[in-house]
Amino acid sequence: MTAMAVESVLSFDDVVSRYDPVLGLEVHVELGTETKMFCSCPTLFGAPPNTQTCPTCLGLPGSLPVLNRVAVESAIRIGLALNCKIAAWCRFARKNYFYPDMPKNFQTSQYDEPICYDGYLDIEVETADGLMPFRVQIERAHMEEDTGKSTHQGGATGRIHGADYSLVDYNRAGIPLIEIVTKPIEGAGRYAPEVARAYVTALRDLLRALDVSDVKMEQGSLRCDANASLRTSPDAPLGTRTETKNVNSLKSVERAVRYEMTRQAARLDAGERIVQETRHWHEDTGVTTSGRSKEEAEDYRYFPEPDLLPIAPAIEWVESLRAALPELPAARRTRLMTEWGVNDFEMQSMANAGALDVIEATVAAGGTQAGARKWWMGELARVANEREIELPELEITPVQVARVEALVAVGALNDKLARQVIDGVLEGAGSPDDVVAARGLAVVSDDAALLAAIEEAIAANPDAAQKIREGKPAAAGALIGAVMKATRGQADAARVRELLLTRLTTPPHPSTL
Amino acid sequence: MSDTAVELTRKTAADLAALVSSGDVSAVEVTLAHLERIDDIDGDVHAFLHVDSQGALASAQAVDTARRNGEPLGVLAGVPLGLKDVMAMSGIPTTCGSRILEGWRPAYDATVTRSLKNAGIVILGKTNMDEFAMGSSTEHSAYGPTHNPWDLDRIPGGSGGGSAACVASYEAALAIGTDTGGSIRQPAAVTGTVGVKPTYGGVSRYGLVALASSLDQAGPCARTVLDAALLHSVIAGHDALDSTSIDAPVPDVVASARRADVAGLRIGVVRELTGEGYQAGVQQRFDESVAILEGLGADIVEVSCPHFPYALAAYYLILPSECSSNLARFDGMRYGVRVGDDGNSSVEQVMSKTRASGFGDEVIRRIILGTYALSAGYYDAFYGQAQKVRTLIASDFDAAFAQCDVLVSPTAPTTAFRLGEKLDDPLAMYLNDIATIPANLAGTPAMSLPIGLAPEDSLPVGLQIMAPAMADDRLYNVGAALEAALLDQWGAPLLDSAPQLGGVAV
Amino acid sequence: MPSISRDEVAHLARLARLDLSEEDLAHHAAQLEVILNSVATIAEVAADDVPPMSHPVALVNVFREDVVGPSLSRDLALGSAPAVEDDRFRVPRILDEQ
Ligand SMILES: [Mg+2]
Ligand SMILES: [Zn+2]
Repeated sequence: MTAMAVESVLSFDDVVSRYDPVLGLEVHVELGTETKMFCSCPTLFGAPPNTQTCPTCLGLPGSLPVLNRVAVESAIRIGLALNCKIAAWCRFARKNYFYPDMPKNFQTSQYDEPICYDGYLDIEVETADGLMPFRVQIERAHMEEDTGKSTHQGGATGRIHGADYSLVDYNRAGIPLIEIVTKPIEGAGRYAPEVARAYVTALRDLLRALDVSDVKMEQGSLRCDANASLRTSPDAPLGTRTETKNVNSLKSVERAVRYEMTRQAARLDAGERIVQETRHWHEDTGVTTSGRSKEEAEDYRYFPEPDLLPIAPAIEWVESLRAALPELPAARRTRLMTEWGVNDFEMQSMANAGALDVIEATVAAGGTQAGARKWWMGELARVANEREIELPELEITPVQVARVEALVAVGALNDKLARQVIDGVLEGAGSPDDVVAARGLAVVSDDAALLAAIEEAIAANPDAAQKIREGKPAAAGALIGAVMKATRGQADAARVRELLLTRLTTPPHPSTL
Repeated sequence: MSDTAVELTRKTAADLAALVSSGDVSAVEVTLAHLERIDDIDGDVHAFLHVDSQGALASAQAVDTARRNGEPLGVLAGVPLGLKDVMAMSGIPTTCGSRILEGWRPAYDATVTRSLKNAGIVILGKTNMDEFAMGSSTEHSAYGPTHNPWDLDRIPGGSGGGSAACVASYEAALAIGTDTGGSIRQPAAVTGTVGVKPTYGGVSRYGLVALASSLDQAGPCARTVLDAALLHSVIAGHDALDSTSIDAPVPDVVASARRADVAGLRIGVVRELTGEGYQAGVQQRFDESVAILEGLGADIVEVSCPHFPYALAAYYLILPSECSSNLARFDGMRYGVRVGDDGNSSVEQVMSKTRASGFGDEVIRRIILGTYALSAGYYDAFYGQAQKVRTLIASDFDAAFAQCDVLVSPTAPTTAFRLGEKLDDPLAMYLNDIATIPANLAGTPAMSLPIGLAPEDSLPVGLQIMAPAMADDRLYNVGAALEAALLDQWGAPLLDSAPQLGGVAV
Repeated sequence: MPSISRDEVAHLARLARLDLSEEDLAHHAAQLEVILNSVATIAEVAADDVPPMSHPVALVNVFREDVVGPSLSRDLALGSAPAVEDDRFRVPRILDEQ
């Protein structure tokens, strides 16, 4: 079908040389509440199908919604953290359309009375010419309910197109969602894709800091729809936009925007018009394909939800929530930059790596911040990357990293051994001390053993030994290397050097004559 | 049917409850008598869509056992009741008078259903109604109309015709109705029974299959004002499962029904709800009743509610709009009937076939009207404007209640019309609710009670009493006073002059 | 006075998922027009400065505490479904994503 046909694209440089991109990002976040938005069903991820439903979230005839207080609180806290105004009075509305994963065939949402509106989020974008501060204006953040999940059966792909039928699980139906919508993002120019990614990243970190959601894009608790349009110049009228859905990772936010810019540019260059439509992002192929056309604008027939009463948050309530907000990512970075004495670029890379929590925890557990950074941003970041998981999901805890560091500090481990200990812990071989014991990774500090090795080394390298005797300690390197080799790297190199020099520069004991 | 059985079915709910709790009669005997009555005459009346003899006898038995064990009994324990088929009852077919729900057995109880069960009230079965409560005659039931016990060729009113008719024909002492624009009161009026629409939020809507969420309210149907009050007291009260439920003490409706004293009360006659358009005999009986109330010491004042003439129009925009959304869930995917699933049709096609064949003409008419009224471009002119008129009607009530304790009007403009008479004329059908709709729009309580027979057709006439929100007790006080005065005048309850059905003489 | 065409009713029927025959469409177009003309009288009411009334009770902030309550058993949840497969509700093929 034509929708799946691969479309021609323009090189990104050409695009930004001739077009000005305007973005709009809609993020849906699933709240981490115990129960659903309008009923007391649990919200556990991955429960057996249709075991977390009740008359209300199944939309059974006669059932009624009752609003979850914590969901409202979370919405307000998110709004405050996004510098939004909080509505003094607002209502839910019914968004009417038929879809089998929506039990009532309307979504209980908010329409022209969002609970949070007119805010902004300041972000920093990594660009070729350093970090670029950028302010994303927030249009609104409103409450709504999630839908059930359909799986498409039969057909070739398991995708919706060509499926024979679908199976619906309503466990997810009614889970609280906050939809956060930006105002048109202008002025990002060639960095539009990076801005999109940096915004979603910053939003994710913010939501994580607020502890309102587990913000796992891969599990769908954070979902992003990216609107993009091109215009010939910043003062030209807005172009027709497309809405790309199913963008399920930070990387794909950037890629999807970039692709859509190049695709639209190619069409415009070819004198074709952009079709206002929903497009689906394909992680695998890195392209978007046409979905439902929005030419015939949907008519959702919104009207105030009669089964739910208006929400009028008292100022005292809002202010108490504001006062109780945790330290937000921006403030925290400024604090850590001074505490750790790092520049904002280093801080940015740590933040992007999602390493701030673990590093801070490692330091709290007694590690030095330099050491903590070395491990988490180095070896551990590499492993996490390989396994495509987040640092906190690694088998090793900050406390364990701090312990390894302590062992190095007292000389019980050297760098090479410490790496092996870390690997052991990552493999699930227990705590650092367990690994050291089990694998005999302790530094060899038994002088007798070392001296034996040293004698062998001297015997094997007579001229190097001679140079040292003649007062050229620089020649010790070869001998130390030999000793380390002989001890499979378990020797404390500094101690080896010490012993070696004493052995060769102090006069021999009479008894040895 | 034995004479004692017949006598039992003629008793008021209050008397039956007294007999059962004293042990003079067992709840099982009472239930059997009513089941027998249903068996005798419901073929002609068709008040019930489903009779749950098994469940009814079991709960009656439970009441008798509780009594023998000296456990305290509810004020209506052992009294048989008909439950409108719009109320969810766990495991019992609940169709709302629609094909689309044929065979649906709810997985849960409505809060009202639960309250009835907890009170030891014996639920005999589910009563007939216009499909999804849309209608004023029960002719829109997918399962055939209910017949008026006063004249089987006439309508029993609607949408709760089954509930009113089962009470009027002694098949049950009590019934539960629901009232969105008059569906409790207008059937009460045309069947010579008592029906009350409580204050919106006074009785939980949880488990009441919604027609128009901001208008629907469940309430009692009975043969006397006191019986209605007793049932009202059982079903009313705050429910955490209904956000619109009012968290305040229920007005003492039973005490008020027993007080029955209107001396010094200011009673307002609503100018806009009398005169033109009201059948002569209806107007006559209404005027006589107002005179009686005056004779009982009430001050009668005429009040004007200038926006009431627009209530019908506002109602027929708000109701279809809400119902077009409320009924969207009936798509054959999760429950109910599914049509056209040939393994090849799309979900959209199957939903559309299911709904077009599962819904009746009136339901489809209102869904289309509501879809139109909510559509972009029409919203402000229709739904939006209707909501503003609703505000004006509520303030008309406020102004009127500043001058009077209660308002009165005829409940319906005419007595029961013939089956089929208005079926093809929706507008004429809608006019039945002209006097009852304002209370639904404002959320205020109202009662209809029988005040005699229209001389021209010897059919029952109802009087409507309207009170301010949460002043439901005033309805019962005034209603009981008028009821007692009329009983004096008649010497016997009005229903005694209804035809004996089932060829049984008392 | 609005006049309603067959096509308008067809559009409304599509929005409302009602598969109506040609006769039905004509029948409902005629009746919708009659009803709309009768309710059009509300336009006469001067109400520009009147607040719309969406709820008949003057309550706000009705909340539920975030405490888990009982859900339906899976069998009860699926019990009334016309078609079930793998503990899920089976529905006909979906043409397009919403
Ligand atoms: Mg949304
Ligand atoms: Zn639920």
